[in-house]
Amino acid sequence: MENALFSYALRLGDDSLVLGQRLSEWCGHAPAVEVDLSLANIGLDLIGQAQLFLGYAGEVEGKGRSDDRLAFHRDVMAWTNCLMVEQPNGDFARTMARQFLFSTWQKALFDGLAASKDARLAEIAAKAVKEVTYHAELAGDWVIRLGDGTEESRRRMIDGLDWHWRFVEELFQADAVVETLVAEGVAVDPAGLRPGFDARVAAVLAEAGLPEMQLPRGVVGGRKGHHSEHLGHILAVMQHIPRTYPDAVW
Amino acid sequence: MYTTELQKSDSKPVAIKEPQELIDAFEARVAADAFIEPKDWMPDAYRRTLIRQISQHAHSEIVGMLPEGNWITRAPSLKRKTILLAKVQDEAGHGLYLYSAAETLGASREEMIDALHSGKAKYSTIFNYPTLTWADIGAIGWLVDGAAIMNQVPLQRTSYGPYARAMVRVCKEESFHQRQGYDALIVMSNGTDEQKAMVQDAIDRWWWPAIMMFGPPDDNSPNSAQSIRWRIKRETNDELRQKFIDATVPQVHLLGMKVPDPDLKWNEERGHYDYGALDWDEFYAVVRGEGPTAKERMEARRKAWDDGAWVREAADAHEARRRLKAAA
Amino acid sequence: MKTDWPLWEVFVRARGGLSHRHAGSVHAPDATIALRHARDTYTRRMEGVSLWVVRSSDIAASDPKQAGPMFEPAESKVYRHPTFYDLPDAVKHM
Repeated sequence: MENALFSYALRLGDDSLVLGQRLSEWCGHAPAVEVDLSLANIGLDLIGQAQLFLGYAGEVEGKGRSDDRLAFHRDVMAWTNCLMVEQPNGDFARTMARQFLFSTWQKALFDGLAASKDARLAEIAAKAVKEVTYHAELAGDWVIRLGDGTEESRRRMIDGLDWHWRFVEELFQADAVVETLVAEGVAVDPAGLRPGFDARVAAVLAEAGLPEMQLPRGVVGGRKGHHSEHLGHILAVMQHIPRTYPDAVW
Repeated sequence: MYTTELQKSDSKPVAIKEPQELIDAFEARVAADAFIEPKDWMPDAYRRTLIRQISQHAHSEIVGMLPEGNWITRAPSLKRKTILLAKVQDEAGHGLYLYSAAETLGASREEMIDALHSGKAKYSTIFNYPTLTWADIGAIGWLVDGAAIMNQVPLQRTSYGPYARAMVRVCKEESFHQRQGYDALIVMSNGTDEQKAMVQDAIDRWWWPAIMMFGPPDDNSPNSAQSIRWRIKRETNDELRQKFIDATVPQVHLLGMKVPDPDLKWNEERGHYDYGALDWDEFYAVVRGEGPTAKERMEARRKAWDDGAWVREAADAHEARRRLKAAA
Repeated sequence: MKTDWPLWEVFVRARGGLSHRHAGSVHAPDATIALRHARDTYTRRMEGVSLWVVRSSDIAASDPKQAGPMFEPAESKVYRHPTFYDLPDAVKHM
């Protein structure tokens, strides 16, 4: 498969960037000043990962596209992030539900990717795994506190998880890109991440006194550019200056 | 960010007779540049003035996140996005350090936040102006943080220990804030004509509000003398304003831009720039809450706090239950 | 009704070999979250390798009014300091 490595690095970068963009929407509006600091830290980690993955994707592609070029000059169909990360923040419970599910998956993925035969991917993943381990733990703490907090917070946490259950399946899907790279020892086989993910989610839900995970039919498509309605709006905001002034350097 | 006295003293407190020997000892310690620490005896007026000043400073940091936060999702490169997010995050941190310092004086953060949300407490006037283009983000870092740093550096030696320590931390962290703003404007002023126009427009709009940040002129700043004696203010408003203008004008020129003040001119004799009259009616209107975006700022802060109530409550409830279980 | 979390004091060890030092405070509902808030607030620039948090209300402090009886009696015990003793010039180091 041609350019599988480019596609793979690109989707990892897109995941991180879109979620980092979502988290930066919280800045100044969190439930407590301390939480503002926490969310910004997670956002900064994710945008930093995006710079590395997209920068690498551009190098692999060899057409002179930089991380910024990839971030600010691609339209919706060319984005390959998973659908979960582009979901609107909703309330704090929904944001934490998304963070917990995504970071738990991302941690398992980067753990494996740190042993990739591709030295650059391995290097980026080894750095990022420490970051996302922290994200997964922090988000897990909040799922527990909100799940086992008040009536209201429990209801909101259940709603938040319910919003995102349909996007879990996509995280574990393997397409031709993944299969090609798994065979080469470059990518991680997502199927192998599933038991660890399920166990961790089940443990946190149990501690939070929340109902067990019941996944509905999966909604997929992000990896081939078929997104939810939300991504176009994210890009409209994120890309508007570089697109309005295509010759400018910032 | 700013420590200008914006609120005139609230309703006169009931006069408490404080023992003269304690007052004398306190004044002597402060005059000798000794630090006052939280549990030390201090005059009630000193405590109240500090709570007002520090909380106003904290509120300015928190409200100050909004005009810049407005641009994080739109920053034109990934590098600028991370810089801006880290910078606005720092403002949250600085607000927190300052609330912490005020809390050592017996004010709860909740009370301080209530005072902000009810309009009783003030915050820096500068944040009641809108950020319209990306150049505004550069201008805020350079001019607004620059003015703030001018104000804050002397406060690292303020008489109240926790405030001084918070200022040391804030100043250390803020040194990158001004530079990143100027750096963004240098790049733009070497860029396209549209970018250059944006930079000049931003300077035109932010210049006057920035130099007003130092507060009313000295002859209209009645509490200044006492604050300087108490070392909770170390230089007067006009002294700081002059210092800022002297340092900043050459930086404007270096960008190839103009200062929007026709009366600005170097005064060889004084060794300072002379500058035009400030529009104090505008300043006091903004202090009263009539700034162009005052309603947006307050609405956003109240909404964040109110929307977060269920989160704070839930975490408390969880902890109470955990403790109960642990005790059983 | 109370709507803010309790206050915790934060202590940071800057690096191995140094003791924890008071850095400031955070509000948090419990110790775990207090550590997270302390991390996100006070170690953003590699300021620490270890954190302590303690509820502010759990700290017992000496009373500044008692500073005289508490601390001044030590002032006269000059013999506790090496500089109190004169050494013969012949002894270079001790």
